[in-house]
Amino acid sequence: MSVNVDAGRSTQAPLPPRRGHARRPQGRGFLSWLDLKAAPYLLVSPYFLLFLIFGIFPLGFTLWYSLFKFDLTGTEEWTGLGNYTALLSDSAFWNAVVNTLGMFFIATVPQILLALLLANALNKRIKGQLFVRMGVLLPLVTSVVAVAVVFTQLYGRDWGFINWMLDWFGVDPIDWKAQRIPSWIAISTMIDWRWTGYNAIIFLAAMQTIPKDLYEAASIDGASRRRQFWQITVPMLRPTMIFVVLNSTIGGLTLFAEPTTFYGGNVHGGTNSQFQTVSMFIVEQGFREFDYGYASGAAWLLFLMILIGSLINFLLVRRIGGKK
Amino acid sequence: MMHNSRRGRLLALAAVTTLALGVTAACGSDDKPADNGGGSAAAAEPVTIKVQTFGGGKNFGYKEAIDKWNASHKDIIIKEEHLTDQFEQVYWPQMIQWLQSGTGAGDVVGIDEGGMGLAKAHPEWWADLGEYGLKDRQANFASWKWDGGVAADGKVFALGTDIGGMSLCYRRDLFEKAGLPADRDEVSKLWPTWDDFVKVGKEFQAKVKDTKFVDGTNTLFNVVAVQEAAKSGNVTYFDKDNNLIVDKNPAVKTAYDFAAKISQEGLTAKLRNFTDEWKTGMKKSQFATLGCPAWMLGVVSGDDAAGPDFKGKWDVAAVPGGGGNWGGSWLAVPKQSKHPKEAAAVLDYLTGQEGEVSVFTYAGNMPSNSLAQQDPAVQSAKNEYFNDAPVGDIFAKSASSLQPVFLGVKHAQVKNAIESVVSAIDDGSVPYAQGWQKLVDDAVKAAG
Repeated sequence: MSVNVDAGRSTQAPLPPRRGHARRPQGRGFLSWLDLKAAPYLLVSPYFLLFLIFGIFPLGFTLWYSLFKFDLTGTEEWTGLGNYTALLSDSAFWNAVVNTLGMFFIATVPQILLALLLANALNKRIKGQLFVRMGVLLPLVTSVVAVAVVFTQLYGRDWGFINWMLDWFGVDPIDWKAQRIPSWIAISTMIDWRWTGYNAIIFLAAMQTIPKDLYEAASIDGASRRRQFWQITVPMLRPTMIFVVLNSTIGGLTLFAEPTTFYGGNVHGGTNSQFQTVSMFIVEQGFREFDYGYASGAAWLLFLMILIGSLINFLLVRRIGGKK
Repeated sequence: MMHNSRRGRLLALAAVTTLALGVTAACGSDDKPADNGGGSAAAAEPVTIKVQTFGGGKNFGYKEAIDKWNASHKDIIIKEEHLTDQFEQVYWPQMIQWLQSGTGAGDVVGIDEGGMGLAKAHPEWWADLGEYGLKDRQANFASWKWDGGVAADGKVFALGTDIGGMSLCYRRDLFEKAGLPADRDEVSKLWPTWDDFVKVGKEFQAKVKDTKFVDGTNTLFNVVAVQEAAKSGNVTYFDKDNNLIVDKNPAVKTAYDFAAKISQEGLTAKLRNFTDEWKTGMKKSQFATLGCPAWMLGVVSGDDAAGPDFKGKWDVAAVPGGGGNWGGSWLAVPKQSKHPKEAAAVLDYLTGQEGEVSVFTYAGNMPSNSLAQQDPAVQSAKNEYFNDAPVGDIFAKSASSLQPVFLGVKHAQVKNAIESVVSAIDDGSVPYAQGWQKLVDDAVKAAG
């Protein structure tokens, strides 16, 4: 049936429209087309337009320029994959990759565990529930730079609070900025201070959607509180966990503000780039050395790194509670 | 019906948007009524000239000069915007972006000697000061300082502010505590050479436990580098054809070896100059001496560095190893300035005799303007903060004989890379044995 009808219409369509006569039905058709077909696209288009301008275009532009030797203040010449091969053999780039992964690991693993435990604690009936929950979110409201400035002072070598406290236990002062692992720890605590509460609240929201009867059934079967947490709560949180882990991966691998502020706004990340992240490396190459092409290449490698990192984490997290 | 009501809504939305834009535009256009008490109905809105500077402490030392100008001028208001302490790492890269993108830079901008090579190579960034009659100022400057502000195409784009005659600042109270002479002439006699300086340092530290002799490796590295540069054709990192010569120039190696030596001898407080820790270090008396080009006096006496508490405790002695010229800046007017004429007038004032004398008496930066150098207020100046040290005598007398050090187009980037390594051997993140090789490698990378 419908095939026949369509065929009939399509043979009519190529006829030249007669002026005047065809206008009205055509106009109405346009309006209804606009109403039914085009309007939804128009309504969602602002986001996609913005994404096109501020998302896709810079991505493509960066990719294009990563193929050039492009000095911001001078010449521009085609190098093909030259920037990428140079990057892959650049020890400074790999140093930044190691730093980024190291800080990501030190910051994220305890952060997510802590957020989980915190959420579990907040999920119980406690006095001043709202107040406590708000309090957990509070660090998120403070500016990253303010956090970093305060923590940088706490971690001062000569007059910092942390070294002063360590001194009580007979620990020699640590030069937090000069040594690699201490600098990573210092920066990781800044990240965790800010983001643990945020993740805890997300976990908490997810925990509240877990049906109570699961726990009731488990208690009747004699499962301990701890066992309930690991065998009911955590597996039920899997989708949320995936979101939190992916979010942390993206945030952790693009880390910039904390380590930069830690070294007084200098993107070198310590005298020997002990805590220079890939993002800082990109800024240093692009806006300190003015090697745009090289920075663009590094930005694309960071993008790939995030894709791979997210994929690995996704696969890992998906296994949570996978076994019955 | 349906599309009618939607059209109505669209119209309403459009109307609201237009209104909103109109309101914001209106807010933007008249946020400052043009009334500066002139009384006359036709009083023009004063032009605000934004002067962007960098550096620690009193940095360019313009505070008093600007206050004085603003008190007596109704038509042009000067607003100083001090952006950061750090030139190579923060200020200059940001400035280059502003200049390149055509927006963001002030009407008058300060440029350190390290940036002048690049600035000269980009005449398109700058307004032609010759158009505003500043070519006449040539007679005020030593020829090298004047030539520094002439762009590749021959136009005058910048005038010199100061030059960096060399001295050594020291804490006289701590010297007394160490049983060393505190009088500046006697202190100068303690260290004719850098070896003597190291010897005095060890003696000092044997007596005073909580204070190191010098701040870190970076400051004296720069001092020695410019001193040695004078012995090898007045070049440091680049030769006069802009080839990188870090690995070949004995001046750089000598300076590096000296930096490594004072660090290995434990004479440094391991503070990198111009960081917050370094400034706190002054407040906490963490070090007793500091390599002091004239402009450093303003840095030390600034409130955020040593500050008023240490007034009279610092003093100025001769530097071991003879004079040198480290630092010194220029002022330029970016082409993007909307008021180049007024900006040029401000620049003329700040680099002129009156402005420069004010800078010298306020902060201590040695004027590059010869009229200001010869001004009795400069020649006879004593610096109250530095225990009434006769700074006019110390800096102004040698000013005319200072030799310029040639700095390449990429000097700022290379200097930044090198200073990181020089600091890294001090804080231990790069072993002494690997320092020199890393310095050369990183310099090559930064220049590439």
